Amino acid sequence: MALLQISEPGESPDPHQHRLAVGIDLGTTHSLVATVRSGSAEVIADESQRALLPSVVRYLPDARVEVGYDARAAQAEDPANTIVSVKRFMGRGVADVARYGPLPYRFVDAPGMVAIETRAGVRSPVQVSAEILRVLRERAERALGGELFGAVVTVPAYFDDSQRQATKDAARLAGLNVLRLLNEPTAAAIAYGLDNAAEGTFAVFDLGGGTFDISILKLTRGVFEVLSTHGDSALGGDDFDQAIAANWIARHGLAAGDLRDTRRLLAAAREVKERLTADEQAGLHVTLSYGQKLHLHLSRADFHQMTAALVQKTLVPTRKALRDAKLDARGLDGVVLVGGATRMPHLRDAVEKFFGRPAFKDLDPDQVVALGAAIQANVLAGNRTPGDDWLLLDVIPLSLGLETMGGLTERVIPRNSTIPVARAQEFTTFKDGQAAMAIHVVQGERELVADNRSLARFELRGIPPMVAGAARIQVTFQVDADGLLSVTARENTTGTASSIVVKPSYGLSDDQVASMLKEGFSHAGEDRDARALAEQRVEAESLLSSLRGALERDSDLLDAAQRRGLEEQMRALESARGGTDHRAIKAAIDSLNRASEPFAARRMDRAVAGALKGQRLDEVSK
Amino acid sequence: MKFALDATRLERGYRQLQTRVHPDRFAASTEAERRVAMQWATRANEAYRTLRDPLARARYLLQLKGFDTDEESNTSMPPDFLMQQMEWREAAAQARAERDARGLERLRDDLDEARDAMLDQLERALDTGQYDAGCSLVRKLRFLGKLEEEIEEALEG
Repeated sequence: MALLQISEPGESPDPHQHRLAVGIDLGTTHSLVATVRSGSAEVIADESQRALLPSVVRYLPDARVEVGYDARAAQAEDPANTIVSVKRFMGRGVADVARYGPLPYRFVDAPGMVAIETRAGVRSPVQVSAEILRVLRERAERALGGELFGAVVTVPAYFDDSQRQATKDAARLAGLNVLRLLNEPTAAAIAYGLDNAAEGTFAVFDLGGGTFDISILKLTRGVFEVLSTHGDSALGGDDFDQAIAANWIARHGLAAGDLRDTRRLLAAAREVKERLTADEQAGLHVTLSYGQKLHLHLSRADFHQMTAALVQKTLVPTRKALRDAKLDARGLDGVVLVGGATRMPHLRDAVEKFFGRPAFKDLDPDQVVALGAAIQANVLAGNRTPGDDWLLLDVIPLSLGLETMGGLTERVIPRNSTIPVARAQEFTTFKDGQAAMAIHVVQGERELVADNRSLARFELRGIPPMVAGAARIQVTFQVDADGLLSVTARENTTGTASSIVVKPSYGLSDDQVASMLKEGFSHAGEDRDARALAEQRVEAESLLSSLRGALERDSDLLDAAQRRGLEEQMRALESARGGTDHRAIKAAIDSLNRASEPFAARRMDRAVAGALKGQRLDEVSK
Repeated sequence: MKFALDATRLERGYRQLQTRVHPDRFAASTEAERRVAMQWATRANEAYRTLRDPLARARYLLQLKGFDTDEESNTSMPPDFLMQQMEWREAAAQARAERDARGLERLRDDLDEARDAMLDQLERALDTGQYDAGCSLVRKLRFLGKLEEEIEEALEG
């Protein structure tokens, strides 16, 4: 009989309660969902036993939405309503997508992020991505036989704040509880490292369909520490297809511009590229829109020659990542190749030559990211087993800063800082009696604000009248474990500090997401209120059971009055939970969360005291 | 509190602490616990960042002792260091103009050596209570760091 229940913080109090959790690789060309079943990670296939889901969404004339292979097959006949590689548009503006070259879409310049005009109406890349995620969620729930507790969704390590936020919004829209956004190369390192019990310093070279990441990681005794990351969020296998198509257009004197032909050529280029991995020559027949029949052909040597510059382009961020990690290419213990595009022989050769060693490729480069995400999801959901006692320390890829006088960027948090991270910077007024201050948050490495990405603009108002230079305005940046930023500003000289918290809204505002959610539910004929009620009840139950467990273990941290206060709030939530008003439940949850904060802080102090026993700074001193 | 520290023990302590407080340990916990975890992990990262880097650690120690390293405004350097500084700058400019990668690498190695020597001096100064000397060394090291950064950039470009 167990008298005492001893469990690690964050661990599920009931060891038999297995929560369904998945890892999702939301890729440019295809996506996957994986989970941990009886201790090992595996990809969940569709009914036809296919692991990959092409990241292609088609809006059909009958208002249906098609995702995957059928949509991909239709891209040439219905290019404007078939969205391919939508990941490249996440969190991007019109000017960004113009750089991708001719695309068969009608872009709409929506505030913040582009949208695409389809026959189903104007669709944000967030909504398009949510369609892909929804299919994967449904696939997982069917296979696992229940509703998901949560998901880890992967993003390229080099994604900036707006791209990350857009991804998280898409997951919410698809009805997923996002346990964590996880960087793709880090996910690969988890799958690889845990599989091989590796120790040392490794590079993860991840060339996907549309993004390139390079991460340098140190693996020691169960800790995955990302030392640096670099990349290019607009470089991937797609660019190799474009190069081939451009070559054919020039060689055959084709008129560029027809949307369908563009799609046909790109699809043909992709097929030829994949065949050239094994064959010296590849060719196929294509019929263009005006009946023109072409035999498109390419040799491996020509392909390698015409894309040599793209291969070289991947080595620039690779050098920078090594430099930030203060390491030499030859000093690493291994290189891991991730992403379908790393199958190209000339790319492989270039990477192996650069690092002076053969790369690891024993795990399927298409699956390794989803597998790593599944392992992380399983641990985050609280299904931790003793062997899973590992920790992940990741970084932000790009510096965060503020605009200062003259359009210059003042760096607040440098790139490759370990997250979560917070940093405060103080500014002052430059005019007598200045009552407001404009704050412009940017991300990037360039000196000029105009060359960096603008994340948010807001105004701090109500600064009390003072002479120029007397006000002390403190701007605090906090980046959470998902790599997402929030900004607070306050005036510090007077007691009446005004404070504002900003979630950079380059992506979508909360209102926009809420209205999209609403639209989605009415479309599916679901009762929004019923769904909200069910969600709030689950949330309430999970909060109550966590708190009951915490009280069982650590009630000595509270005095009788504090304990009574907390229990009163818990009873209030229990009774709200029995009702049918989801708003009342939400209010009771929020109130209980606030009330339990001091208790949470004390429990953490206790956990830390255990960890730090005999670890005072004096003692690490020599 | 001393400036010299055992880097391995520092790293071990940091990891032990993060193992307890990191938000990944609380992803399935209450909102309050998740928030507290984020605050703690943030502080652990900040502490580790400061202590691991000798220059940041020196600044922090000096600040605790009430000394400001004054790096933005105080640019005065002893004459011998000024001379050395000019020589290095000239060598860097020349190597860059001649696209002499080998020359740049040699210079980088020289700077590395100079930095290691200065860090030894810094350790002696701070652990024997010579805080003014410590401030001056921090300023010198900052100059070295900037020049090294420029050389790295030139080597890459």
